[in-house]
Amino acid sequence: MSYHEAPTIAAIDAPRLDQDDRPTLRFVTCGSVDDGKSTLVGRLLYDSKTLLDDQLDALASESKTSGTTGGDLDFALLVDGLQAEREQGITIDVAYRFFATRLRRFIVADTPGHAQYTRNMATGASNADLAIVLVDARKGVITQTRRHSHILSLLGIRHVVVAVNKMDLIGFDGDRFAAITAEYLTLAGQLGISQVQCIPVVAPGGDNIVAASTRMPWYTGPTVTAYLESVDVSGDVSQRPFRLPVQWVNRPHADFRGFSGRIASGTIATGETIAVQPSGLRTRVARILTPTGECDRATAGESITLTLADEIDVSRGDVLSAGPAPLVSDQLAAHLVWFDDEAMVAGRRYVLKCGTASTGAVITTLKHRIAIDTMAQESAATLDVNEIGYVHLKLDRPLVFETYRDDREMGSFILVDPISHRTAAAGMIDLSLRGATNIHWQRLAVDKSVRARLKQQRPCVLWFTGLSGAGKSTIADLVDRRLAELGRHAALLDGDNLRHGINRDLGFSSTERIENVRRVAEIAALFVDAGMIALVALISPFRSERETARQRVEAGEFIEIHVATPLAECERRDPKGLYRKARAGELPAFTGIDQPYEAPQAPEITIDTSELSSEAACERIIRYLREHHYL
Amino acid sequence: MTMLEVPTIDAPAVPGMADGKQHRSPTSHLRRLEAEGIHILRETAAEFRKPVMLYSIGKDSSVLLHLAMKAFHPGKPPFPLLHVDTTWKFREMIAFRDRRARELGLDLIVHTNQDGLSQGITPFTHGSARYTDVMKTQALRQALDLHGFDAAIGGARRDEEKSRAKERVFSHRSTAHRWDPKNQRPELWSLYNTLLAPGESMRVFPLSNWTELDIWDYILVENIPIVPLYLAAKRPVVERDGALIMVDDERIPLHPGEAPRWHSVRFRTLGCYPLSGATASTAATLPEIVQEMMASRTSERQGRMIDRDSPASMERKKAEGYF
Repeated sequence: MSYHEAPTIAAIDAPRLDQDDRPTLRFVTCGSVDDGKSTLVGRLLYDSKTLLDDQLDALASESKTSGTTGGDLDFALLVDGLQAEREQGITIDVAYRFFATRLRRFIVADTPGHAQYTRNMATGASNADLAIVLVDARKGVITQTRRHSHILSLLGIRHVVVAVNKMDLIGFDGDRFAAITAEYLTLAGQLGISQVQCIPVVAPGGDNIVAASTRMPWYTGPTVTAYLESVDVSGDVSQRPFRLPVQWVNRPHADFRGFSGRIASGTIATGETIAVQPSGLRTRVARILTPTGECDRATAGESITLTLADEIDVSRGDVLSAGPAPLVSDQLAAHLVWFDDEAMVAGRRYVLKCGTASTGAVITTLKHRIAIDTMAQESAATLDVNEIGYVHLKLDRPLVFETYRDDREMGSFILVDPISHRTAAAGMIDLSLRGATNIHWQRLAVDKSVRARLKQQRPCVLWFTGLSGAGKSTIADLVDRRLAELGRHAALLDGDNLRHGINRDLGFSSTERIENVRRVAEIAALFVDAGMIALVALISPFRSERETARQRVEAGEFIEIHVATPLAECERRDPKGLYRKARAGELPAFTGIDQPYEAPQAPEITIDTSELSSEAACERIIRYLREHHYL
Repeated sequence: MTMLEVPTIDAPAVPGMADGKQHRSPTSHLRRLEAEGIHILRETAAEFRKPVMLYSIGKDSSVLLHLAMKAFHPGKPPFPLLHVDTTWKFREMIAFRDRRARELGLDLIVHTNQDGLSQGITPFTHGSARYTDVMKTQALRQALDLHGFDAAIGGARRDEEKSRAKERVFSHRSTAHRWDPKNQRPELWSLYNTLLAPGESMRVFPLSNWTELDIWDYILVENIPIVPLYLAAKRPVVERDGALIMVDDERIPLHPGEAPRWHSVRFRTLGCYPLSGATASTAATLPEIVQEMMASRTSERQGRMIDRDSPASMERKKAEGYF
């Protein structure tokens, strides 16, 4: 039986007449814990009539059970969305809220004030046009205010509203407000924040939020809402040169080859000449497909697909450009906001994402750290979580970019840890170091495969890693001799021996160990280029450096051999007496004792010398090389 | 030539909208949301090994599918659609789903938790929380594991619910499909960290910055086909716990003496019919719906029984792998 006949949509008549195009302003709120950020945002939602009856009912009942306002409406509950936030009465994560007034639409990123969550503030600020900085009228401009304003200026925010909250708790003192205003303006001047509006408010009471406060007649400026509705934040990217980072090559069939992406800046028209960066190849635009159909012209912000007049090589990560060329370099200088709990290490490899491009990158130098509270430049060896620094980066291949100052989209990047996959840092490009244009690779006529054929072997790196005393050098030495017997060409790079020569300037701190490994990896790669089998015996305690070494040669050329003799066994053997010294505190930073050893997760070969003799281990490695056609 | 050739069988051309001139302006609010959604879809296609689009048949899914058709035009979206079928969806939804997939020539995967089915789990016998967990959350996890999808695109919006407001556009899931709200990857500019370890996956939300009203405006402007249940019509309903539940088939147990009454109702959100409360309404056209929306004093999730369990109900479900 059928209960009813399915109706069909047949009655779509006139379009909505009031198709409105109110512009959208994106802003971020920041301030310390308890300054009242969430309350301010909740109040904006409440007063803009964005809240609906069932949400208001829920707010009223939750204000009674978990509110902090003695049963009155607790506006903060509207935005503190996570259970932990409600329990602790704090905001942990960025929340995005939407509301609209008669004149504008708004997207608010409400960000936490907790020091350990500074990264979330940078996140909220990265897409904002304007920031509201909350200041507790009783405390004035404090360290957190400086910290947040500094991050805002680094992220390119030029418009700030300072909401001086809790005016009721200082008796609506106009002089105190004037003093805070003066103090903030000084700070803004130092930071290059050009547009500042200070407004005295009482967030829970709604004073000067939407309606002008009757309790502060001495204040004649705009309310928060009035200012947000009228401020001009336009910085028109459509006037800049045309840039289209290629996201996707659209090739559904042989007759169509399009390049898709969102225009970062400028405009483009059919027939115009464009250049593909970094290759520099030039052609003309044949067709422009937009979401509303084929057009002659497209402008910044549109997600389009272009077809080109000539068949030239374009792939994801390339940039189509017109007018003055964008910057292209494999070396650049940038500000970093460090996000990861694991500190920044110069020399370590990260994945850099900029626009649609992705490349390996090494922080070559930390030029200085910036003290967030004083803006002073300090020398430093590392950056900890929530610290800001200025660095030089060396990339695996040339990147197409602009400075952050000129172009927020093409001047920004993130660094991702290649092992943990955490977003380690956000970066703002300051300038190109132009290294790529000055140093050219020498073209080599006799290449690796020619040399390898001569030697009748496949070159590779045999990387022995493990604790001190595990048996790395002993086994590597046996393998080296065995290869010589077989008439093969190998070279043994022993960590201890290298420390007498090329690495004699290095100690045993984490940073120095990383540099030690980097140098050995480079030398091993040169041997591979020469067609040889490089044997490396090195503790190399960190996974990410071994990964770097692996990346340095081609796929299949790196054989990681974990000499996995247990610590207790190594310590029992103690051939050089080092464990005894380390236990006695005479050898700081000794691997396995007070510095970690990160075991390989998927080594090609694992050997435990407490179960296998050195000779048997050697034969196993030779067998592996034969089975995998290295020999 | 139009960029998108979606047959609009049920939706006749809207007078005055055919040239779309009013909305051609790239700075227009909807065009910006559209451009952002397309950008996110292309990033997903480019960065993941095996993405899938979750197609729930609702209005948000209809918009999502429309954006996907645009993003890869003149090609087809380079990913299949996945519908997690609880067997309790409105019949009109299923008919609409099959028709749309056929019309657009897309690969549609339908997955049902057969274990849950054989255990006889229904919204009437096991309560909405347990039912949702088994037939939706676990079913989704099964389907993602079965096919080895590493990115699942969904139509969730930040304005829907408080814990959604904190979700990233690219939202990381552990190997057990769990969301860790306190350890989310920061998301700056339009740069998305898409790196995954084996077994981990990503949920992707191209409509994050859309509001419910944006969705309706866009459906209207773009003439996007939707399930007719969104439009008011006389439908048989019974009242349960203050909600109007449509009697879509014989499986709903009627109380003694209870009989379905015919009311003019429509749905603001669609899901499993026993859990989707209808709204009394006479808005039978899209413009009327938009008008009604603008005057509305309740949120769309009010009709959803499953969000009411506790204030943190959605967050908990999401942490367990619910979409």
